[in-house]
Amino acid sequence: MTEPLLRVRDLKTYFVTEQGSGTARAVDGVSFDVYPGETLGVVGESGCGKTVTSLSILRLIPEPPGHIRPGSFIEFEGRNLLTLAPKELRAVRGNRIAMIFQEPMTSLNPVFTVGHQIAEAAIVHQSLSRRAARARAIEMLTLVGIPDPGERVDHYPHQMSGGMRQRVMIAMALICHPQLLIADEPTTALDVTIQAQILELLDRLQRELGMAVMLITHDLGVVAGSADRVVVMYAGQVVEQASTGELFARPLHPYTEGLLASVPRLDTRVSQVRGRLHSIPGQVPAATSWPAGCRFHPRCPYAWDRCAVEEPPLLDSAGAEAGTHTVRCWLLTEPERRERHP
Amino acid sequence: MTPAPLVQVDGLVKRFPGERGLFGLGRARRTVRAVDGVSFAIAAGQTLGLVGESGCGKSTVGRTILRLIEPDAGRVTLGGADVVALGGRELRALRRRMQIVFQDPYGSLNPRMTVQQTLAEPLAIHRLATGLEAKRRVAALLDEVGLDPAFAAAYPHELSGGQRQRVGIARALSVEPQFLVLDEPVSALDVSVQAQVLNLLADLQRKRRLTYLFIAHDLAVVKHIADDVAVMYLGKIVERAPATGLYAGPRHPYTTSLLSAVPVPDPKAQRQRIVLQGEVPSPASPPAGCPFHPRCPHPRKNERCRTEPPALREVATGQFAACHFAEQPM
Amino acid sequence: MTVWTWLALASAVAVALVAAAEVRRRAATRAAGRRFLRHPTATAGVFILAFFVTTALAAPLVAPYDPAGQLDPVHLQNQPPSTRFPLGTDVYSRDVWSRLVYGARLSLGIGTIAMLVAVTVGAGVGAAAGYFRRGIDAVLMRSVDVGLAMPRMFVLLMAVALWERLPLAVLVLLIGLTGWFGTSRLVRADVLSLREREFVAAARAVGAGPTRVIFRHVLPNAAAPIIVSAAFGIGNVILLEAGLSYLGLGVPSPLPSWGSIIYDGQPYIATAPWTSGFPGLAIALVVLALNAVGDGLRDALDPRKEAT
Ligand SMILES: Nc1ncnc2c1ncn2[C@@H]1O[C@H](COP(=O)(O)OP(=O)(O)OP(=O)(O)O)[C@@H](O)[C@H]1O
Ligand SMILES: Nc1ncnc2c1ncn2[C@@H]1O[C@H](COP(=O)(O)OP(=O)(O)OP(=O)(O)O)[C@@H](O)[C@H]1O
Ligand code: SF4
Ligand code: SF4
Ligand SMILES: [Mg+2]
Ligand SMILES: [Mg+2]
Repeated sequence: MTEPLLRVRDLKTYFVTEQGSGTARAVDGVSFDVYPGETLGVVGESGCGKTVTSLSILRLIPEPPGHIRPGSFIEFEGRNLLTLAPKELRAVRGNRIAMIFQEPMTSLNPVFTVGHQIAEAAIVHQSLSRRAARARAIEMLTLVGIPDPGERVDHYPHQMSGGMRQRVMIAMALICHPQLLIADEPTTALDVTIQAQILELLDRLQRELGMAVMLITHDLGVVAGSADRVVVMYAGQVVEQASTGELFARPLHPYTEGLLASVPRLDTRVSQVRGRLHSIPGQVPAATSWPAGCRFHPRCPYAWDRCAVEEPPLLDSAGAEAGTHTVRCWLLTEPERRERHP
Repeated sequence: MTPAPLVQVDGLVKRFPGERGLFGLGRARRTVRAVDGVSFAIAAGQTLGLVGESGCGKSTVGRTILRLIEPDAGRVTLGGADVVALGGRELRALRRRMQIVFQDPYGSLNPRMTVQQTLAEPLAIHRLATGLEAKRRVAALLDEVGLDPAFAAAYPHELSGGQRQRVGIARALSVEPQFLVLDEPVSALDVSVQAQVLNLLADLQRKRRLTYLFIAHDLAVVKHIADDVAVMYLGKIVERAPATGLYAGPRHPYTTSLLSAVPVPDPKAQRQRIVLQGEVPSPASPPAGCPFHPRCPHPRKNERCRTEPPALREVATGQFAACHFAEQPM
Repeated sequence: MTVWTWLALASAVAVALVAAAEVRRRAATRAAGRRFLRHPTATAGVFILAFFVTTALAAPLVAPYDPAGQLDPVHLQNQPPSTRFPLGTDVYSRDVWSRLVYGARLSLGIGTIAMLVAVTVGAGVGAAAGYFRRGIDAVLMRSVDVGLAMPRMFVLLMAVALWERLPLAVLVLLIGLTGWFGTSRLVRADVLSLREREFVAAARAVGAGPTRVIFRHVLPNAAAPIIVSAAFGIGNVILLEAGLSYLGLGVPSPLPSWGSIIYDGQPYIATAPWTSGFPGLAIALVVLALNAVGDGLRDALDPRKEAT
């Protein structure tokens, strides 16, 4: 088996909130690997810690109020990012690891042309001349499929649509040929047709450039089409991790199961879907007060007394090779309880 | 036998004076035809899903029907009453019969009013209840939308997105309307909460025999709630059909593309995704001929598409499409 | 001064201290309050204002003499501060401290009432212009431009010059009616963006008319600029009134306002500086306090200031 490109172990990122409401344990003991050239999907609802995880990898957490707890470990290409000196860290950021953000509208600087912003990284990391960098920017715009790149390079962000700005963000991220691209909900703010364009583009670029992609999203449909493996997060923790095929065929964590069932689907007949959708009762708890025991137990249909007091570890699924399908749920030790439930 | 429609919209048009460039400079103003001759009807107790990309004019349709925006042309009737012709007092009375739920659960509640105040306001305006009776009605409304009546004292910032959206629904229901415009009521919500709210809307519709105009940008969501579906592109309806017909056999290439763009949570689904090229054109300068022609993936697209705007016509029973090649769908 | 007046004064200080402490205590429990407290001078400002308001309200207790009473025009004129007259006496042998205390009633009262007039008109005009836009907006905002272009003092002087003995009520009204232009601009800007918010559309959808929408939904959300401009506004009015009175055109003479006390003491500024000096100090303190509180409120009412 190949060595992972990125190894995250027991990552804990906490925020000290305004007086009174306590510490937000936004990311609370997250571990996962990203292998070279693969797409890892990270799925979970709003507030479960997806963005904080990705910002932690690049050490972009605002401190204070946030801090990465001692004992956390993030290894990239054999180096611990958490102990890297600021200068070395900057050489990784935007160069070996690139990131695109959720909001294409606010992540671009309105007072510079898109060409200027795309070229910036190349000037910083590869010491290209202005002229060469501009040529590279045009090349990148062509790569991400923007028509008339020679003209568009001199446009300002407000002259572009949301989909085009997201392409510009991707072009910016890819200009230094990173080994890892972290895409934090790259399509959430976009229309379905534009979302399809961007996902297609990411797929193509990954194949052509051979990079690894961490695709963060709350939409299970998005990861089903693009990811090789999926990590499901809930309440600051990884609750299930498996290959995409395995996860969708055999979701084992009750949260994953519920999430899958509550997605409105097109691939069923109208007469079947009319009426009630499955829904997970209750709501996502606040990061300052995760429930004791299993964090999902107040919403879980299978929960029993043990779930409320004892926090389950990540357990290996019985049917799979060790480490390939792990689930944070006591049901794995007592599978018969699942059968007893309607 | 189709029942007489409760809501009927004919030839609705809304234009906005276009915006100038940054700092008010740039080219002269160009009019945006946000809604360009939209017609449909909804039978009592039924749901029409209105679907399309951002900026195609869905919200404008919903708001002109309620006269929150004044239409430039067209007729809207609610149970026979002409909504567009009404003035002041009568219009306000009619607002009891039609209501709207907004997309943004954060922006649609007044941050300085408690849930109680927000829900009691419509009761006071229409003199339905005051004092203790109003308190009782608010508690009943909260219960009906699945919120604990203790939330009456809460301010919007103390509620989650899903809870706020429930308050928005309760406000709309407070005046006991017959017709609800639901303007993307679940687009801003998480999947699990989205399912809860969709179920709530379905239950309420059954219980109160409500009529819905359900606006969405996602055909999968609409599939769960709509009896009929209308697809909009650049201010026009390009396809309109009963849900069964539309999902089984879309006739307009844009509907086909929208359907194929919806991500399916099944890695084994061998789907052929049609990726539309290009962006949505600006509604200030829609293309000549068929407005969809610059992006249309239909293999038979030809010169005629560029010059002659296709009319919305009945292609199969009850299924209308605005495409020259609707008989040979993709 | 008797023991009782000293006691009354001590109680006024105590009340002001308690008020300031209470404001601090309440403020500390909310985010907005903590932004207020980040201004070190804001609490001092609250204390100063509370002190002057208390003494003004309790004037008969705190003032040892009749503010207009001439004690002994022959022997007691222009006496320097002493235990009998803590701030001295003026040329008519009136106790400056007593006049100062009663003057606080007038000066603060004029400031508050004129400010209320200004803010009410300003908020009303701003809300109408911003909410209805088009014709109404154009007309109202052009008149605001005209109003802002006219020097306020000049307008007031003209009015005083034209109207021989100007009644106090009319003067206050005039000060108020010449001071709302800035507020109306601030409010209009806020209303313009608030009217596009969805909760306003929601209120219209349930049948709320323009009056209800403006007063229940729009203005409460535009409260921040109104409150802040009110805080600065009072200080401005007090200065304006002092200026008019200093010219002998404001509050008519036997009545004590801080401005008219200064006016009375002005000819003897070299020999009896206390008569003009102490009211001048009072004005400076109150205006500084109002500005400090206004600054604090501006940050408190702006959640965007959270980040720092
Ligand atoms: N600067 C901060 N200060 C305090 N708490 C924070 C901060 N940033 C994030 N959090 C908390 O951390 C938790 C995780 O946030 P995060 O942004 O990672 O969620 P997410 O999974 O990306 O959600 P979304 O889908 O909404 O983007 C949240 O509960 C949030 O309140
Ligand atoms: N008040 C307005 N002034 C000027 N133009 C407007 C106004 N409201 C809407 N428009 C324009 O009208 C068009 C249709 O807008 P509308 O809000 O109806 O779209 P929508 O389909 O609801 O989109 P979304 O999915 O983003 O909500 C857009 O191009 C928009 O820019
Ligand atoms: S551990 Fe218990 S509560 Fe948690 S997911 Fe499993 S069954 Fe549900
Ligand atoms: S008329 Fe032509 S361009 Fe328009 S949708 Fe049909 S095939 Fe496409
Ligand atoms: Mg996020
Ligand atoms: Mg809309």
